[in-house]
Amino acid sequence: MDLEYHIISTLVEDKPGVLQKVAGLFNRRGFNIDSITVGNSEVEGQSRMVISVHADKKGLEQVTKQLNKLVDVIKIKDITKNAVKRELCLVKVNIPNEKARAEIMQYSNIFRAKILDVTEETLLIELTGDKQKINAFISLLENYGIKRIARTGLTAMSRGV
Amino acid sequence: MRGGEAIIESLKNMGVKTIFGYPGGQTIPFYDMLYDSDMDHILVRHEQCAAHAADGYARASGRVGVCVATSGPGATNFVTGIATAYMDSSPIVAITGQVPTHLIGNDAFQEADIIGITMPITKHSYQPKNPDLIPSMVKSSFEIAKTGRPGPVLIDVPKEVQEGELTNFDDSLIDTPGYNPTIKGNIRQIKKARDLIRQAKKPLILAGAGVIISNACCELNKLAKTINAPVMTSLLGKGAFDETDDLALGMLGMHGRKVSNDSINESDLLIAIGIRFSDRTTGRLDSFAPDTKIIHIDIDPAEIGKNVDIDLPIVGDARNILSSLNKVLDGYKASDDVNKWTEMIKQRKQDLLPRVTYDDVPLKPQTVIKEISEVLTPESILTTDVGQNQMWAAHFYDTQKPRKFISSGGLGTMGFGFPSAIGAKVACPDNPVVSINGDGGFLMVCQELATVHEYDIPVIAVVLENRTLGMVYQWQSLLYNERHSQTLLGNSPDFVKLAESFGVNAVRITKPGETKEALASAIKDNEPILLNVVVDSEEALPMLPPGAGINEMIGEYKLEKDVI
Repeated sequence: MDLEYHIISTLVEDKPGVLQKVAGLFNRRGFNIDSITVGNSEVEGQSRMVISVHADKKGLEQVTKQLNKLVDVIKIKDITKNAVKRELCLVKVNIPNEKARAEIMQYSNIFRAKILDVTEETLLIELTGDKQKINAFISLLENYGIKRIARTGLTAMSRGV
Repeated sequence: MRGGEAIIESLKNMGVKTIFGYPGGQTIPFYDMLYDSDMDHILVRHEQCAAHAADGYARASGRVGVCVATSGPGATNFVTGIATAYMDSSPIVAITGQVPTHLIGNDAFQEADIIGITMPITKHSYQPKNPDLIPSMVKSSFEIAKTGRPGPVLIDVPKEVQEGELTNFDDSLIDTPGYNPTIKGNIRQIKKARDLIRQAKKPLILAGAGVIISNACCELNKLAKTINAPVMTSLLGKGAFDETDDLALGMLGMHGRKVSNDSINESDLLIAIGIRFSDRTTGRLDSFAPDTKIIHIDIDPAEIGKNVDIDLPIVGDARNILSSLNKVLDGYKASDDVNKWTEMIKQRKQDLLPRVTYDDVPLKPQTVIKEISEVLTPESILTTDVGQNQMWAAHFYDTQKPRKFISSGGLGTMGFGFPSAIGAKVACPDNPVVSINGDGGFLMVCQELATVHEYDIPVIAVVLENRTLGMVYQWQSLLYNERHSQTLLGNSPDFVKLAESFGVNAVRITKPGETKEALASAIKDNEPILLNVVVDSEEALPMLPPGAGINEMIGEYKLEKDVI
């Protein structure tokens, strides 16, 4: 089975159980959802869900059709091509020495990350970007010892009108 | 008006006169209010049977069936019935009690997350958090259950919502912007279908349950006659086309008629209507009609291309599409090639008529079905259980009208036959209703003998007694070196005494001719009765072994013309 990376954007009714139903359909096919983000949309009472998933073409087509059948699902679009993708990452990193502190702050500058909290031993940094950018930043910080990472998972929107 | 009364009133507004159910702790308020209402309630003896009865009611009548159970175990007993209805696109509304809202999530006594449990097997579900929501939720449940591709809808009603007073409500449909089933077929696709039909030299029609659900049988008949194409059906498509018609070939599939299974791959155009190409219908996919162009008409876009690659899909309601197709085919005359093909298939059908004439004792199941056929009228409703009994009935019984052959196809639920017959009889009290069961499946639901007795529901339960779990036994015989693991049922119970202990008459039948006689008198008496027919346990149905193509049947296909 050839798995491809897909980003599916769905507009759903903001009701209990919708997330469970959507996730359940992917689960039945044996697709592992890489990430799923949900939040309010431009319409009151409707949420936008962005799902990133590795799936084979035929299987994904079937899941998309099944998703469409859910009464609570209003719209579905595969926006893999032509999408702006962003993820937010919070990372708490150790500061072994003063030199490290300076280096980390410099990296943060380069990556346009924000420092949210400072203690003697740690820095809490916020970074927004696509997956590659965040991965690159994290791998730089790994040298200092990362205490904790929290990532939101991908949200995305197609370019143009 | 309180919540429970609102449920009853809303059901009445939907035209419901009878519901099937079983009370329990969290539905006591509802049942208390039912006590004062004129709604008929059939007390079944197991919740699963309430769901099957509602399902049988829906399939026999085309109206939504309603069943009620309490929370927790009552609700989980619904699960098999709901899944059965889901797989076969049957419109039922299942109402469950739930623990009071403030206890939900606390592992309260008899609490189960039935909405979560049934999520993959319901079309939709509702849980009113206050009584004002009930009228619109009930109305919306019916709307969703019966429109588009029908299916079960669950309403889970917490106890205090049943008791609470309605203060500010309306009964308008709940806005569901994501639910817009496509009804009308795309006319360009329909014209393409016409062109394919015009080019075809060897057309075949394959009709499924969708034809029956959308009441498209007249349109199908017209199409078949216009283009002079033979018609096969799936198991659940039985009755979509009169099986006594010259053009009818009978069921296709794992236990299908030989003429259907042999012919499908020879066709150059297959018009498939309201069917989902289940693995039991197609056999191995890569040898299913590999060189045939396929037109697939279905209301559910998710069915298009799911199993079989389709050359021309048309999404929409079968009746709507067939009626448009018939219009654009106006003036069509079948070509000589088509007429020649159809004559050849008709002759093949005559040559391959399956043998039903035997005078053996123990009785051959084929003969039992033949005798049943001889007594029943086209208006009679036949329900089946699952297993050999189902396939004997499906293979050898000619169904002439829609909604007259009721069977659990997708889920294959043992124990479906008898309770679904109860529902069918309640829906259609003037039609004789016969359920064909095996001794295994009947014993799963035999407590419903009490129901037919108490309510005097004149269902005729045929129990084919072979003291085995016949279908699995047959697989073991043919494919597992006759190692009959756990499929021998021993000699208990005595079905006649069992029925009599419930106050239901029963007859034991062992010889040719007796089925016919007993059935005829049962229909005349119009009382519940059990016909305990002892049949040959060694008789096996020809079948497609797993992984085989549609024309690779094993087992001897005995022919009527070889009867000496």
